[in-house]
Order: sequence, then structure tokens, then C-alpha cells
Amino acid sequence: MIQEQFPALIVVTPLIMSFILFTVSWWNKRLCFPILLATLSACLVFAIGILDMVIKHGQPIHYHLGGWDPPWGIEYVIDHLNALVLVAVAVVAWLVALYAKSVVEKELHESKLPQFYTLFLLQVTGLFGITATGDMFNLYVLLEIASFSAYAIIAMGERGADFAAFRYVIFGTIGACAYLLGVGYLYILTGSLNMADLAQLIPKLFYNKALLVGFAFFLVGVGIKMGIFPLHTWLPDAYTLAPSAVSALLAPLFTKVGAYVIIRIMFTVFDPSFSIKLYPVMDILGWIAAIGIAFACIMALAQSDLKRMLCYLIVAEMGYIVIGIASANRLGLTGAILHIVNDMFMMACLFTVVGAIMYQTGTRNIYQFRYLHRTMPVTLGVFVVGALSVVGVPPMCGFFSKWYLILGTIEAKKWLLLFVLLASSLVNAILFFRVIENAYLEPRGEHAFAHDGGHPSISLDEVPWSMLISMLMIAAGIILLGIFSGVIIKHVIQFAVPASF
Amino acid sequence: MWELILSKYNYWIYALLLIIGFYAMMAKNNLLKKLIGMNIFQWALIFYFISIAAKKGGTVPIIPGVHGHHGAEHLVVHAADYINPLPHVLMLTAIVVGVATTGIALALLINIYRRYGTLEEDEVIEELKR
Amino acid sequence: METVHSATPLLAMLASLIGAFLILFTGERNRNLREFWTLAAAVIKFGLIASMLPYILHGKIVEYTMVEIYKGLFLQFRVDTFGMIFALLASFLWIVVSLYSIGYMRDLNEHAQTRYFFCFALAIFGAVGVALAGNLLTLYMFYEILTVATFALVAHKETPEAIKAGRKYLAYLLTGAAFVLFSMAVTYYLTGTLDFKPGGFVAGHGSREILSLVFVTFMIGFGSKAAIMPIHEWLPSAMIAPTPVSALLHAVAVVKAGVFCCLRVILYVFGPKVLSDLGLWIPLAFVVSFTVIVANIIALTQDHLKRRLAFSTINNLSIIILGAALVSHDGIRGAMLHIPFHGFMKITLFMCAGAIYVKTHKEFISEMEGIGKQMPITMAAFTIGALGLTGIPPVCGFISKWYLCLGALEAKEIIFLLVFLASALLDAAYFLPIIYGAFFKKPKFVKDHFDEASFFVVFPIVITAIGSIFFGLFPDAFMHFFKLAVASAKNIMGMGV
Repeated sequence: MIQEQFPALIVVTPLIMSFILFTVSWWNKRLCFPILLATLSACLVFAIGILDMVIKHGQPIHYHLGGWDPPWGIEYVIDHLNALVLVAVAVVAWLVALYAKSVVEKELHESKLPQFYTLFLLQVTGLFGITATGDMFNLYVLLEIASFSAYAIIAMGERGADFAAFRYVIFGTIGACAYLLGVGYLYILTGSLNMADLAQLIPKLFYNKALLVGFAFFLVGVGIKMGIFPLHTWLPDAYTLAPSAVSALLAPLFTKVGAYVIIRIMFTVFDPSFSIKLYPVMDILGWIAAIGIAFACIMALAQSDLKRMLCYLIVAEMGYIVIGIASANRLGLTGAILHIVNDMFMMACLFTVVGAIMYQTGTRNIYQFRYLHRTMPVTLGVFVVGALSVVGVPPMCGFFSKWYLILGTIEAKKWLLLFVLLASSLVNAILFFRVIENAYLEPRGEHAFAHDGGHPSISLDEVPWSMLISMLMIAAGIILLGIFSGVIIKHVIQFAVPASF
Repeated sequence: MWELILSKYNYWIYALLLIIGFYAMMAKNNLLKKLIGMNIFQWALIFYFISIAAKKGGTVPIIPGVHGHHGAEHLVVHAADYINPLPHVLMLTAIVVGVATTGIALALLINIYRRYGTLEEDEVIEELKR
Repeated sequence: METVHSATPLLAMLASLIGAFLILFTGERNRNLREFWTLAAAVIKFGLIASMLPYILHGKIVEYTMVEIYKGLFLQFRVDTFGMIFALLASFLWIVVSLYSIGYMRDLNEHAQTRYFFCFALAIFGAVGVALAGNLLTLYMFYEILTVATFALVAHKETPEAIKAGRKYLAYLLTGAAFVLFSMAVTYYLTGTLDFKPGGFVAGHGSREILSLVFVTFMIGFGSKAAIMPIHEWLPSAMIAPTPVSALLHAVAVVKAGVFCCLRVILYVFGPKVLSDLGLWIPLAFVVSFTVIVANIIALTQDHLKRRLAFSTINNLSIIILGAALVSHDGIRGAMLHIPFHGFMKITLFMCAGAIYVKTHKEFISEMEGIGKQMPITMAAFTIGALGLTGIPPVCGFISKWYLCLGALEAKEIIFLLVFLASALLDAAYFLPIIYGAFFKKPKFVKDHFDEASFFVVFPIVITAIGSIFFGLFPDAFMHFFKLAVASAKNIMGMGV
């Protein structure tokens, strides 16, 4: 019985608990973190329960909020795609929350901690809501909830974070308003806000110019939130200057949920033939993705700040997902959806490592990583796992999503995209081996200490256990996701791809 | 052609406001002016939605004399007589969202002013470079 | 062909993986324990692989599926006759080189020894994984692991030169891997499978142009690791690594893995029939012949001993590919035999070079005159290895070269026979002077009396040198290389040429 309420509970619980957490913090500050973790654990249980239900029924779950029937009431629809993203978001959020405790206590002033945890929960509310909802306007509201929390939580960071957050406010609002405009156009043309309803009403209107404008507004609006080139400019500053735990939370999750929204809009609300046969949307997206990846890789090469480099990598990874969408076939879309999940884990891994390095050494400059392999071997080991996954070395998960993306481009005969995929893997290798080289090898003079007898060189000075455990679990997740990617595809993703492919 | 412009005057007004707001967000140097531009942008959107709800000769969408489910079931309602309440409801939410965004932005601006002593964008960037 | 399902391949792989992590965790505290893990893992691994030998010799295949990824993609071990050759070679020589490494590192008092042994174990993990892989995907996975693990070994010395060599190594190999990934994806797209089949599985699945293109990209991709010219440059630069690294990895495991993969593609993905139909074997044969001759010529000009050996390796690798490219029974036999035989001989030579460096810190041939008086055992072993590479009986090199020449005759292309003979002449031209100078010239810079390197260094050299002669006399003994090669050739060619 209670299982049926999970779709609503997963959104409502963190919302209510965020307020409870804030009020409790006036009375006892030390309860904040346990409440956070408990709430996220509950959400994890909900998410897994929802996925379980969806797999068992094989049909999407419909949840009518307040008992009102759609299309008049708001409806939450969970099919295979949502369920997978929900579980991924829940797992990553839980792991980052575990990680966040120590980092945040070091980086933020003590009085700000309750506010941080409250915003964390609100952010998570927004993310779950965006994923779970089946109503266009409800998505706008939850998108804005997630965005506000992001604006505020980013502003808590280093010098310059408030300015970066302000610019993000301006840019993000343009994005959200563009999305709202799109909703408005759809409403004028069809009179409905419910995604399933719209999916039936829109095909009759395919040749309407207003519909095309609405679609364009959607792409721009969600594109800003997703961080697609060239709408990504808010991303590097905002995520670099935010506190470490915040980047670790936002970087994997926020942009990927945006990618989920794009897939929803393009393939569920608007029939796939709209984007593929009617208008050359896929070609345009393909070009944007290719240029975006090239640009992001070049910019990443120029960075000496590891976190900024990773921010540009996010833009490149979004480009991969767009390539998968632009291939417009089953293989490509499988790769794109798999990449959404994989990238959440990969970015979580990399950003938590950067946070850990910042925690221990106070620097993010790659060229100052000289002796890290002596003091932080475990952290670096996790970094290597994440790096190899981004480069695409099996059995890490990154290889498998790249594999499907490559197959998708071959089937769609989009050779430029194929070339971009392969070439950017090499650039990624350069990016990461630069860091690995600096961290593991200590360049010596020509005939210097080469024969110093191998004295014990590891003097462990690692980060606290909560951070280590979280990072190790994320790294383990990356490897497991890779090995079991077949299981995920067979049971979930192949149903998430539209049947017409 | 004039027919086209005059009959859809609400769309022209909202488009104009949208562009004004967008211009202010992009081109103005002062952060507060950017914020005001953002507000204009959002309000343009709200006007747009509300304008599409209006109907010629429509009245307030309240059925007099009945409460809830009891009593309203047997009344036949001509939709053309009542203006559309849904966009109004949506826009109430959007207004709240706008207020919240403005609130956050203003809080950030206060912080920026306190820290860098200026609200001009280029001066803040200069300050940050040091 | 009967298939036996057994977890032995997985256990063999786990032996070195677990060993690697045991080395990592105990290395700093107890050096002897760390060396013990290395040797224990090596012996266990070899034992497990050798235990599969009886099955393979009876014509069965040992298979173990780790995970099914999706429609036709598996992570799977399938041990057949060809894979067995390479697996036996790599795991046996790991034992030998581990002993050697222990002696070498301790004699020189090298830094970062734990990292060295850890990466070494991981590299063998990758190499044997390549050998036991049953399809292109598993092969690719272990190929990548091998590349990443050996990077730290190449750049071990951490001098600017070493780091540059490491970067060059990665650049060449990862670019090659990108080519392989492309080829693999197209192959899967065309045929729906990636499993190896003797005689190939792409026949009829694509147009001539596509198949030719894919073959070329495969060869570029794997050829980078097999050091075919002109993508060979990383190998001489990588000689900056410590000699045990050069010995096992670059004369035996890394480049042999590259050659192994090339042969897998030529014989088990495309197959002799397709290659003949497409007419691809002639261009391939010419490209590698070019490498064979030019590498040997360049070897003549090198005074640095390890660099000379590196070019000799490039020469021999292309000889192996040439043998396979000749798509004839004897050519394939010769190629497959040359893989282990060359391995034994080359590793002897490299270990000798290392022993000389340990004792005298000499790297250049011109400085090594008269060294035979100081290190007679080492130089005797060197002589054996060098004679074998030239193709002089009774060292094993003669047998593989004999079959290669027969293969050229069988393919009715005299020019390649001439290539083999010319290469042998050039081998003599650059090996014999070293031997002559070592034994018959007056010692200028070295000691006049007997002063060999330590036991751990010399003993492995003796083992491999004796092994080279032993295989020359009894090519089928002990590890049954001969039978395995013959069986492989029969399976491949039997698929309808």
C-alpha cells in the first residue's frame, strides 16, 4: 500500500524534512547531519522501490496528486527512464551527503552549516521532483526550486562565489523563463499541461509554426540548465567557486537531470518523428555537440586548476549525451541514457576527489600535486578509476556508454560525430595523464636520487574516513556499473528508448 | 497587415517587454539594473500568460451560490462565459517564483556590495582579479 | 571442438591481480614479503595455466564467461591453442624476470620498488588477459589495462627523459587504441559478434571497401603496439626504462601482445580466405617487410646496446606478422613458433644487457670490449641468444625461421624468402661484432678478472639461455609449443582456404 505512495513521498519527504531540519538546528546543531542522511536514506529506499515496481509491472506508474484525475490534476508518471534516473540521483546524493560532512565543516563557518544542509535537501527535492513529474508546469516549479537552492548554495563558496552565483541567477532565470514560454506556447495550442496528454494532442499540430517556436524555447531553456555549448558559460565559474561538497552534488546531478528533461521533451512529449523527420533538429544538435566537445576539450587543456578543468569536462560529457540523442537511433539513445547514469558517477568521483585534495592540501593547481602519491594514495587511486572511466578504459562504466554512442553514430552514418567521440577520448587521456603524471611521478634531475634505496615513501595523511568511504563506494560503483551495464540495459534502458526506434 | 498587429497587440507588448528585459540583463553594467531587467523579463512572461486567459465578454470564473461538488454537478456551464482561470493560477506560482528569485538575487547583491564596495560588473571583475 | 567450462582462466587472472594488491599493501613494510608475493603469484599463475595444457592439447577449448554485456558481447575467456602459446610464454617468463628484477633492483638500490612490482604484476595481468581473451572486447579491455599499467614502468626513472618517453608511449598506444575501438565497433555493427573464430568470422558481412578499411585501421591500431614502422618510435625511446622492464615488457609482453593481437585479427577475425579474396595480404606483407629490413639496418648503426636490441625486436615482430601474412600453413606455424622462441632468446639478451649495466654501468657497445673475461657466463648466454636470433642451430630461432622460409616458399613469393634471408644476414652483421668484441678484444674499460652480477641476476639468464637451446633441440618439450602452433595452423587453414 505504502509503495504506491512512493512517487509522491520521494519528493515530499525531503521538502518537509528540510524545514524540520532548519527548525531543529535552532535547538541542536548536531542533529542536522543525521537528519540529512536519514532523509536521503529514505529517499533511496523510495527510489529503489519505485524502480522495482516499474520493472515488475513493465508499465509506467501513474500517481495522481491529491486524487485529481489528469489532465486537470497534476500527475506523476514514472516509467523506466525516470525510475533509473531517480535511483541514480538518490544513490549519488546519498554518497555525496556522506562525503559532505567533513568537507563542509572545514570550508564553511559553523553558523552556516544548518543552512547548507537545508539547501542540500531542497536541492534534492527539486531534482527528484523534476525527474518524477509528468506535468509540464510542475516541472517548471520544481526546476526553479532546484535552481534556487543551487544559486544559494553556490554563493556560500570562495571569494567570487557570490558574483558567480549572481550571474548564474541571471542566466538561469533566462533559461527557466524560456522553458516557461515553451510551456505557454504548448498550452495555448493544446490547452493541456500533462505530458501524456500533450503527446496525443501535439501530432495533429505538427505543421504549426507556433509549435516549432515553443519547441525552440524548450531547447534553449533546458539547454541553459543542462550546460550545452554555447549556453554553458555560467558553468565554469559557478561550479569552480562553489564549496567542494556543492560541486560534488551539483556537477553530477543537476546537468544530467537537465539531459533527462530534454530526452523527455524530445521523445515523449513531442513525438520523435518531429525532431527526426520533420525538422532538422538532430543535425543541428549534432553540430552543436561536436563544436561543443571540441571547444570544451580545448578549454580544459588550458586549465591548471583541476576543478575548472573538470567543469569543462562536464560540458564535454553533455556533448556526448547530445551526440547520443542526435544519432536518433536505438543504439545512440541507449548510449545517451546509459551515459547519463554513468556520468553521474564519474563526475561525483572526480569532484569528490578534487574536494578531498583541496581539503588536505589547500590547492587545486595541478602543478602543485607533486607528493600526493605519498600522502593521499587512496584518494589518487579513486581519481585514477574516475579518470580511466572518462577516457574509456574497460571495465569502467565510461567505456560501455562510449561503446553504444560509437555504435549509434556508425548506424546513423554520422562520421563527424564518430571522429569527435574518438578524438575527444584521446584529449581526455592527455588531460588526465597530465594530472596523474604530476601526482605520481616526481620529476628528478638527470642523475639525481635515482638510487636512493626505495626508503619507505608513503606517509599517510589522508582525508577523514567518511570522505574516504564515500569516495571508495563511488569508485566501486563505477566499476560495478561497467560490469553490469548489460543488466541495466536489458532490464531498464531497452524499455526506456521509444518503441518507434 | 495592420489587422495582424492590432488584433494581437498583447503579444507585441509582451515581446517588447521581453526584449527590453533581455537587453537590460545583457547590456547593462550595473548589477542592480540587470536584476531589474530580469524582473521585467519575468513580468513580460506573466503578462503574456494572463493575456491569453482573457475572453471577450467573459466574467469572473466563479459559479455563484454553490459549494464544492454538491450542487455544481447539475449546472451546465458554457466555457465561453468565463475567463480561463488556469493561467492565472499558474502565474500566481510564477509570481512567487519571481519573488523568490528576486529575493535571492538581492541577498547576493547585498553581499557583493559589502565585499567589493561596488555594484558595477566590470569593477567587481577587476576586484576579483586581484 | 569440445568446450570445457572451467574457472581456471579466471583463477589464473586473479592470481596476478590479488598478487598485485598484496604487493601494494605489504610492499613498504617488508621487502622480503613483497618479493615473496611476486614469486608466489607468478608460480601459481604459471601452474594454473599449465594445468589447462592437457585439455588444449587434446583439441578442447577451455571457456569461462565472466559477464554477458548485451546481445553478443561478452567478457569471456576462451583458451585455445594460440592463446595458450602466449599465456605460457608470458607467465613462465614472469617467474624468470621476477627473480631477475629482485636481483637487479636490489643491486642498484632503485627507488619506488613497490610501485615497480605492483605495476609489473598488473602488466602481466593485462598480458595474460590478452592471451586468454575469447573475443575482441575482452582483448581490448586487457590491452588497455596493459597500456596503463606499463606507463608507470616506462617512466620509472622519473627523469625528464623518462617522463617524455612515457608520454610518447601513451600517445602512440592510446591513439592506436582509438583506431582499434573504431575497428571493433564497425566489426560488431557489421557482424553482430566479436568472438574469435579460427579462420575468421567477417566473411560476407560487408563490402570489400568497408572490410579493407576496417582491416587497415585494425592493423594501424594494433600495429602501434607491435611496433610496425612507421609507428614504432615509442619502442626505442622506451628503452630508458629499467632493464627488467625492457626485458619482459618490451621484448616479450607488451610488444608480443601487440603482435598477438595482430595475428588474432589476421587469422581469427579476418582469416586467410578473406585476406586472399581481398588481396590484402600482399600490401601487408610488403609493409612489414619494409620494417624487417629497415629495422635491421638501423640496428647496425646503434651503439647503445639496448637500442640495438630494440630495433632487433622491431625486426623480429614484423617477421612474425610477415609469417602470418603469408597465409600458408608453414608461415603460420613459423610465426606462432617465433613468438615464444624469440621471447626466450630476446629476454636472454636484454637480461644480459641489464647484468652488464648492474656490474659495470656500461650501456654502450663500444665500451664493452673484453667484457667476456669479466662476465663469461653472461656473455655466453648472450652468444646463445644472438646466434639463435640469427637463425643458427641448435638454438630454437633456427626452427621458427626455417618454417617461416618454408612458408614463403609455400606462398610462392620468393621475394619474402629473400627478405627473411637478408634479415638473417643483417642480424649476423650486428650481433657477431658484439660477441667478437666481448671475447676476443682487449678489455679497455672493464675488469680483467671474473666478476659476475649477483645470483638472482645471473640465474634467470642461464635458465632462458638453456631454454633457448633446449627448445631448439626438442621444440615440443615441456610446453609443447610446437604442437600448439601446428594445431593452430591446422584449425585456421582448415576453415576453407
